[in-house]
Amino acid sequence: MSILGTRVVRTEDPRLLTAGGVYVDDLRTPELSDAARLTFVRSPVGHARIAGIDSSAALAEPGVVAVLTAADMDDLAPPPPYDPDNPGGEGGPVPMGGPWQEPLLAVDTVRYVGEPVAVVITDEYYQGEDAADLVEVDYESLPAVVGPLAAVRDESLLFPAAGSNTAVDTRGDAFDDAPFDSCAVVVEQDFVNQRLAAMPLESRATAAAYRNGKLTVWHSSQNAQICRWIVAGVLGMPPDQIRVVVPDVGGGFGAKVGIDRDGLVVAWAARRTQRALRWAETRSENLVGMTQGRAQHHHIKIGGDQDGTIKAYRIDIIQDTGAYPRAGGFLPGLTCLMAPGVYDIPTVQTGFRVAVTNATPVHAYRGAGRPEATAAVERAVDMFAAAIGMDPAEVRRRNFIAPGNFPFQTKTGALYDSGQYAEALGKVLAAAGYDQLRAEQRARRERGDTSQLGIGVSSYVEITAADAGAGETAKLEVHDNGTATVFTGSSAHGQGHHTAWAMLVQDELGIPMDQITVIHGDTDLIPDAIGTYASRSLQLGGSAVHKAAIEVKDEARRQAASILEAAEADVVLDTASGRWQVRGDPDTSLTWGQVAGHTSDGVLVADVRFTADRPTFPFGAHVAVVEVDTDTGKVTLKRHITVDDAGPVLNPILAEGQRHGGIAQGAAQALLEEVRYDADANPLTSTLADYAAISATELPSFELLASETPTDLNPLGVKGIGEAGTIGSTPAVQNAVVDAVAHLGVRHIDMPTTPERVWTAIQEAK
Amino acid sequence: MNVGITVNGKDVTADVEDRMLLVHFLRDVAELTATNIGCDTTSCGACTVLLDGESVKSCTVLAAQASGHEVTTLEGLADGTEMHPVQRAFHAEHGLQCGFCTPGMVMAIVSLLKENPHPTEEEVRTGLEGNLCRCTGYHNIVRAVLAAAGGASPLQPPVTASEASA
Repeated sequence: MSILGTRVVRTEDPRLLTAGGVYVDDLRTPELSDAARLTFVRSPVGHARIAGIDSSAALAEPGVVAVLTAADMDDLAPPPPYDPDNPGGEGGPVPMGGPWQEPLLAVDTVRYVGEPVAVVITDEYYQGEDAADLVEVDYESLPAVVGPLAAVRDESLLFPAAGSNTAVDTRGDAFDDAPFDSCAVVVEQDFVNQRLAAMPLESRATAAAYRNGKLTVWHSSQNAQICRWIVAGVLGMPPDQIRVVVPDVGGGFGAKVGIDRDGLVVAWAARRTQRALRWAETRSENLVGMTQGRAQHHHIKIGGDQDGTIKAYRIDIIQDTGAYPRAGGFLPGLTCLMAPGVYDIPTVQTGFRVAVTNATPVHAYRGAGRPEATAAVERAVDMFAAAIGMDPAEVRRRNFIAPGNFPFQTKTGALYDSGQYAEALGKVLAAAGYDQLRAEQRARRERGDTSQLGIGVSSYVEITAADAGAGETAKLEVHDNGTATVFTGSSAHGQGHHTAWAMLVQDELGIPMDQITVIHGDTDLIPDAIGTYASRSLQLGGSAVHKAAIEVKDEARRQAASILEAAEADVVLDTASGRWQVRGDPDTSLTWGQVAGHTSDGVLVADVRFTADRPTFPFGAHVAVVEVDTDTGKVTLKRHITVDDAGPVLNPILAEGQRHGGIAQGAAQALLEEVRYDADANPLTSTLADYAAISATELPSFELLASETPTDLNPLGVKGIGEAGTIGSTPAVQNAVVDAVAHLGVRHIDMPTTPERVWTAIQEAK
Repeated sequence: MNVGITVNGKDVTADVEDRMLLVHFLRDVAELTATNIGCDTTSCGACTVLLDGESVKSCTVLAAQASGHEVTTLEGLADGTEMHPVQRAFHAEHGLQCGFCTPGMVMAIVSLLKENPHPTEEEVRTGLEGNLCRCTGYHNIVRAVLAAAGGASPLQPPVTASEASA
């Protein structure tokens, strides 16, 4: 019987639960035994010219090894100029040159609070904090640009040489009003998809040592190999002189793809000072220094008829990219691609601008452009439903892409592989008890209760493994002692890859899971790989492991046939026992160890790359049930019920875990979380005392329903599940909050739906 | 100043700066790195340890304040190779993903269950308000606490790798 689909608890856990993980700052490797501490001096102002830096007081402090600034970076080639055709992307943030140049350390201008200006290197940790305070930077204030709406007015420029704050503009003549003119009902609305902190529990951390011409970088990352590629380019070193090691990683959520400028500075400084260095940022640094997510402003227009047919949809996006447009149009581009969601809408118009602002740069955060698309279209559909007086679930049913129309080419250029949208919605509505909930809502409204019930629905489709063609690598070795080792290009940071990949190998080869070791995140062992992001791991990395297992099996069959003096076609593997036999002759039996031992090296090896032709499109439906106190505006999420269909489930424990975490992060956006700035570009949420990271008290237990629609794009039939929960939950919760107070005349409430916002919306509707 | 703390039953003594935080003493002096630092405002709970049996956030206690006292960290929780019931429940209920919040979370729960051996779900959620997790959505952490308290059984009995291997 196949182990796939079984609830196998994780092999990773015993170590994490008894000794704790080994994250970058926990490393006690000999190369770092004499490591000095690196501490950043960061800009305390949002926009200023640097008139001078005086390090003398800091240098006089005990334990200070060096104070370094951009002026010391004379050993680096200037970065390549900005390329509008290749403006960065999920391959990782790469420093760029040209008019939008983002230096590693600020040269003459700072553009956001938290921007790295200098580094202090000290023998001890506390000395670094002391000395960093003594580096005197003379800032001459410049006008701050706060928020994307102000940015596009170009009243003050972040990059005068660029001539504008708008780095990318794809709108052209995309917006034609004619299709809307023929609609009986048209709704227009501005939505704010607010800026969020990724906030992995482990902040960013890097250590580096340069010895004998070789640079070793230990970095908390989602992909060692992309880190190496970036480090090699920035430091001007051949990749084979660089080793990047990714130890345990305390969460990434997209913000640890590659290595950003802070980590690059650590690597550079280790080479410059010939001293091993450690850096682990504080949370207060993390909340201004690590790339942030979402940060889009939407103007939507949706039109259709009284029978519920949606005929035209438009989304006009301004992406707040923060101080440097290092992500180019990557995020709003994905938002536009996924704009029509699960609906078959005859006219879809999309366009975006990318605007620089005096704020922390924005890049991938769990969902990366797709949650924004789903939030917009699902709010828009609810507003359209309200305008025509139809149940929002019914409007959805009338506009879904029909199950018989897959693969489905969308108006925005996506090719959806498979989907059962109506079935997913039907299942989640039934489990929620939708009709009873509506009855309860009516009763509370009629009674005029203070505690009103809101029911929010969202249907979603998202894109996973968007770069399917880049694929992923796996190397599988079976040793002459019968054990196996998997070298995977996927980079685990909580997902349970080590358990999942061992299950795949056991299933294919019959080698017991507890005899299988999984290794990731070391470029000396795995030089070629892509890593973990975009919900790509199982479908690409897992499929690569599966492919390697099949190749090993083919080679093992040849070896076994040779030992048993039988035809290859007659030699079979019994995966229950993990033994090779001649078909029909149980007396012949070879272990994996015996077969591997027959090879010249004593090891069976397959080294593969799996690529897929196209991305996959997981889908689902969520129902959120909230209570809103109409006196105070306080929202309580009471229930959250979901279908998240990503194809066959390898290990339900792991898939459910991904959904739970995703739902919580998505609900957090709808309810609580927001990175805020004041009018002078000072962050107001730069500690965890101010940033409202969601806690256990604000969430219910979740109700998950199973649904498995396979794809034919990989041998496992699987799609990605890492981001689905986040994408589905945000609009369901937001729709529920608006629904709870809709009878009071409220049409829309922007996220986060804090008590203040909800209370204000109720007052304004009166 | 000279600080002596009994950490997981072992005396650790060192001359340290007056201002040294207990969490840095544990990580850098006692060389016990399971206890993690997740914030600088006593908000996240990743650094939670037991001080004389009571949970404290070790980023908000000076090493000097703990001098002469007993500290238990995650490394000292298991009885030899036998995991503590809370550790076992985290494993069975998939109560951890990246593992970074886990040491503090587990120690906070050990303390919570000592004060309230049979909490309701709401009491568990309230009790964990000071411990943040970004991976699990708290769902399986809450289940693990209830399971450790004997109040909930797994939805389906999970299997371990060695059972799956058999």
